[in-house]
Amino acid sequence: MNSVHNAAQAVLEVTGLSVGFAQRGTVLRAVDDISLHIAPGEVLGLVGESGSGKSMTAYSLLGLVEPPGQVSADTFRLCGKEMRAADERAWRQLRGRRIAMIFQDPMMTLNPVLRIDTQMVEAIHAHRRVGRGAALEMAAAALQRVGIADAPARLHAYPHQLSGGMRQRVAIAIALLNAPDLIVADEPTTALDVTIQAQILAEMQALCQASGTALLWITHDLAVVAALADRVCVMYAGRIVEQGPVDQVLAQPAHPYTRGLLDSTPAAAPSQHADNAGATRRLSTIPGLPPALGERPEGCAFRPRCARASAACLQVPALVAVSPGHEVRCFHPLARVSA
Amino acid sequence: MPFFILRRCLQAVNVLVVMSLLVFAGVYAIGSPLDLLVDPQATTEDLARAAAALGLDQPVWVQYGRFLSRALGGDLGDSFIHGSPAIGLILARLPATLELAVVAMLIAVGLGVPLGLWAGLHPDTVGGRTIMAGSIVGFSLPTFWVGLMLIMVFSVQLGWLPAGGRGPTTELFGLPLSVLSVEGWRHLILPATNLALFKLALIIRLTRSGTREALQQDYVRFARAKGLSTGRVVGVHVLKNILIPVVTVVGMEFGSLVAFSVVTESIFAWPGMGKLLLDSITQLDRPVVLAYLLLIVLLYIVINLVVDLVYALLDPRVGRGGSGR
Repeated sequence: MNSVHNAAQAVLEVTGLSVGFAQRGTVLRAVDDISLHIAPGEVLGLVGESGSGKSMTAYSLLGLVEPPGQVSADTFRLCGKEMRAADERAWRQLRGRRIAMIFQDPMMTLNPVLRIDTQMVEAIHAHRRVGRGAALEMAAAALQRVGIADAPARLHAYPHQLSGGMRQRVAIAIALLNAPDLIVADEPTTALDVTIQAQILAEMQALCQASGTALLWITHDLAVVAALADRVCVMYAGRIVEQGPVDQVLAQPAHPYTRGLLDSTPAAAPSQHADNAGATRRLSTIPGLPPALGERPEGCAFRPRCARASAACLQVPALVAVSPGHEVRCFHPLARVSA
Repeated sequence: MPFFILRRCLQAVNVLVVMSLLVFAGVYAIGSPLDLLVDPQATTEDLARAAAALGLDQPVWVQYGRFLSRALGGDLGDSFIHGSPAIGLILARLPATLELAVVAMLIAVGLGVPLGLWAGLHPDTVGGRTIMAGSIVGFSLPTFWVGLMLIMVFSVQLGWLPAGGRGPTTELFGLPLSVLSVEGWRHLILPATNLALFKLALIIRLTRSGTREALQQDYVRFARAKGLSTGRVVGVHVLKNILIPVVTVVGMEFGSLVAFSVVTESIFAWPGMGKLLLDSITQLDRPVVLAYLLLIVLLYIVINLVVDLVYALLDPRVGRGGSGR
């Protein structure tokens, strides 16, 4: 990786990360040889369709992949700790303390039979020895920080008494409780109303900036990435196909898949790119469907859906730089458009 | 909540009336208890006198009407055979059956929940599979056969435990109980185990499938992502969710344990209600059969009510919506 950041400072430094599932003699790789690098306070967007391995990547970063899934990596450093051979105990010390996670569906992430205070206090007590009273105060303060009014009363509520947006705020408050270095957010706004979505995005951004928390924001929505992220990684069929600074990747995508994603996203295409902003832009779609885990084609997995594919694409292309910090995994990258 | 309880009580009265009608008609259809009660050499006058004494000379609807009016006053009639109040006969046997059922249920829950939990957490291990195989055996083997085998092994061959009877009892608040003495336990443990086996298998399977399901849920993953210990995740997050179905089933099954421990009580000569029911049916002792079944219906109704209330306590989404915990 030709990253400009110093590896010792990074909150997350993984290379060659794979998550495999053994099946009938072969190993199916949900995540195939990906490398991620997140600097302190940085917001990295991870974009891909359903089934591209985004969520599995997120779980592997917290050591939450369960058997039969197998995680392997060449480098795996989290907050300066070597995690390749880490046992459950070592993971537990980091989870919730240095690295936290927010899930997609707030209806499912909070335990329905436990009150909010129980679920918050236990997250504090998992890492710190404080009295129950002090922990409750910390919990109430955390709820206030994510914009929940009347926090002490909300602490006594059960999850079903809160709205979806409110529940996701609670989940975010729990993630922020122990001031982690990195939050992995797995499509946390997808299940919410658009207005709530925008609010939560803005709040997350402000909170992470204020506390210097780095963010790995997983989404299928390029518009969200454009608004939030510093850098973006585009994932397809378990591999990263393009990565770079978010402005560059969105303005000048080099991978045909990224281009396709942009064209099929309403209003996500950067406006400086459009000649006549007033005219309605025709949405196009990428032909075909993303391959299922067991049916990924040899070589470049995007090949069957790609207009530019050639015989060369039967090999897996390497990630090559098209400009500093902007890398693409394609034999036929799109030419740079002069601005 | 008061409205809910009131509605339940009205339903209960309906069920009791229908039940009594069915039993009355059923026992009437089987035959006349007079043939069994009166000496075969008795004269027609004797028969008529006996029938009049028991009220059996009246048409069946008149008999039912009499029963109903007396039942409203709390009198379920006297046993044809024993001549004493039917309800008294049953209540005298109730503590023995209740004790047996409670101990059996405690065995089933006390072993079933931990074993099911373990099997759910380690589904692909030798231990997990052994537990599941064992639960299938517990389901499949007939109770009477297992009872006989228990007696064969522990009483006849090893000679460790008595083969039957209740043994000495100790009074507590006027109830004769076995659980207060070692000798009592020696008599109790075999029938209780026998009775528990089926429920144990049921609870193991229920707990295991509940655990497997809960482990797939996002809230378990989120709990782990918070850095909680496995003990806390399983002991609080998983257990509290799977207890909801377990409580329901335990409630229903407890009713059936009390009502139908007949087989076990017969095999181990346990002086409980089941034995009394069996005798009463063969002797067409209608008042006792009626009183017994009405009592069982009442028991079921009460248990269901308790289960619903406990359910509301365990699951904040039900009932009063979260004021209780």
